[in-house]
Amino acid sequence: MIPLSWYLILSAALFSIGLYGVLARKNAIAILMGVELMLNAVNINLVAFWRYLDLKTVAGQAFALMVFAVAAAEVAVGLALIISVYRRRKTVAADELDLMKW
Amino acid sequence: MNFLADPITFIIEWLRNLLIGWGLSAGWVTFVMKLLGVAVVGSFGLVLVIFLIWLERKVAARFQQRLGPNRVGPWGLFQTFADVIKIFTKEHITPRGVDVVVYNLAPLISVGAVILLWAVIPFTPNAIGADLNVGVLYLVAVGALGTLAILMAGWSSNNKYALLGAFRTVAQMVSYEVPMVLALLIPVLLSDTMSVNGIVKAQSVIFLVVSPLAAFLFFISSLAEIGRTPFDLLEGESEIVAGYHIEYSGLKFGMFFVGEFLHAFTVSALFAILFLGGWRGWGVEQFPILGFVYFMLKTFAVYFVVMWFRTTLPRVRIDQMLDFNWKLLTPVGLILLVVTAILQKIILVSAVPLWVAVIVHLATSLLIGWATVQIIKARQARRPRRQPVAQPRPVARPPEATQA
Amino acid sequence: MTLEQVLFLVFAVVTLGSALMVVTEHKMIRAALWLILALFGVAALYVLLNVGFFAVMQVVVYIGAIAILFIFAAMLTRKSMEDIGPQVNSGWPAAALIGALVFVSLAWMFSRWSSFAVLPPALADDTPALQQLGVALVSPDAYVIPFEIASVLLVAAMVGALYAAWGKNE
Repeated sequence: MIPLSWYLILSAALFSIGLYGVLARKNAIAILMGVELMLNAVNINLVAFWRYLDLKTVAGQAFALMVFAVAAAEVAVGLALIISVYRRRKTVAADELDLMKW
Repeated sequence: MNFLADPITFIIEWLRNLLIGWGLSAGWVTFVMKLLGVAVVGSFGLVLVIFLIWLERKVAARFQQRLGPNRVGPWGLFQTFADVIKIFTKEHITPRGVDVVVYNLAPLISVGAVILLWAVIPFTPNAIGADLNVGVLYLVAVGALGTLAILMAGWSSNNKYALLGAFRTVAQMVSYEVPMVLALLIPVLLSDTMSVNGIVKAQSVIFLVVSPLAAFLFFISSLAEIGRTPFDLLEGESEIVAGYHIEYSGLKFGMFFVGEFLHAFTVSALFAILFLGGWRGWGVEQFPILGFVYFMLKTFAVYFVVMWFRTTLPRVRIDQMLDFNWKLLTPVGLILLVVTAILQKIILVSAVPLWVAVIVHLATSLLIGWATVQIIKARQARRPRRQPVAQPRPVARPPEATQA
Repeated sequence: MTLEQVLFLVFAVVTLGSALMVVTEHKMIRAALWLILALFGVAALYVLLNVGFFAVMQVVVYIGAIAILFIFAAMLTRKSMEDIGPQVNSGWPAAALIGALVFVSLAWMFSRWSSFAVLPPALADDTPALQQLGVALVSPDAYVIPFEIASVLLVAAMVGALYAAWGKNE
């Protein structure tokens, strides 16, 4: 029997690693990867809460499925934008994309 | 339990009792039995490949009016063993600049992804590795791993032809996954279950008869998934040399080869299960082992058709390949799925006899197929296909000739 | 320690280790491959949570589609960074600090909660749960509106991605 705390700590760690990736990485693709890790951490939590506390309803599972859909949409649009930016600016480094800064 | 009627269950029971007799706890017995099952099914697949390669060469030779392998053993049956021994003794070359870990991992994943598919294949009514309640979804999931293996091989080889092959592969496999999933959903709708064994059990009338169009879609898209002619653009010997496995030698190349053959056989098995009734046949209730015989007969029949395609059709171009998928297979699959879902719901609600349901589904399937053919014909009549003719090409001339 | 706990620890180490590699690896494609391993670890955790359906969905959606898209994008944009030089921006110590702070505060917050170390209730069979989920997703008094909105979102994303990557106006 695994207590719920194990899953919570694991997902907190995964979320923090993803957050570090989002904040620290230069490459825009790597930033998106960090976002994916964070979404996965959220999903682990949602499913774990469903399994441990809320077996009667399906709210946790349904929410996790929505996260899947959002993650897929986010990656499709995000990577399309990155490729589009790369075509125009020849770079995918997030800190070099500073057209809006002055 | 009679040994002759169902030897697989008999052996399993005997082994289980033996292990319990040795004093193992129930959990460990299950673990050991599963491990043995994995070893047996995996080795069965790998040994089968040796036979498949011989069969393929022999059948292809007959199609091309040759004899095929005929020197080693009766009918050249041991030719593949000789080839296997040769490939074992070959040198493993690791070119400079490759990503070593990924490079060596790719062939393993390519074979592993195929063998994983065998986990949910029912050989007889009660011999199945794991009767998952999401079995069909599992098939799709594992199929994605094969794509990954090819992508890894293509990238890590540090070779432009390999990378081109990998790009083509991903375009092809990701595209053809869509009509394949759509076609897979039709047996799921008809049988009301996603368990593979459940689909077999539901086929009192085989689904090839109920929905021939779905079977057709599944067959074409799985041909593309295994990358066989006419969809072998990922290898394309005359265009990109050998595609993703150009830099592999010895047994690593052999792994890709084995994976490819086994994948072709596995999708034949899947076709036999989903559309031809798998182990169903006469006398299976009394003698479950007969189910294995029926299953293998059906699978080899489908595999023969796969080989037939390979030896008769030329390779398609990449734009034709993508057009064919997105402009024909996917729309047809979507329409068929929606129509089948509505019909199935009506049939379930109105509780009509089985034969009416079958005829309704069959008629719809044929109607959609016929309408598709008519639409294609009409389009071609409006805009006739450009006949490939030799164009006069500009000839290079020395500069003084053009000035004069 | 039971077998389940050992398995959990193994998968947790795999997941977190490869997640760390994702955020520190220099080569983008290798980072994508580590991401795949991390996603596999999460899929295995779903199996431990008795939701086989989510494990399979994880492999289909994340590994079959998202990770392959990542590898593709990394290949297409490879020339720009050549995977050399620092892959982190100048603020990375602050980022690491924020990450650690978030982890500590999340863990502290969870540990103050009454049902932190609750044990899972017994599960009869997961087939009814799966059917329940399927029915809930399409029944009007449950989640049909979020479900439909998700499908609209996917279509919008597809159109948007096509438009953004079309590259006609160059």
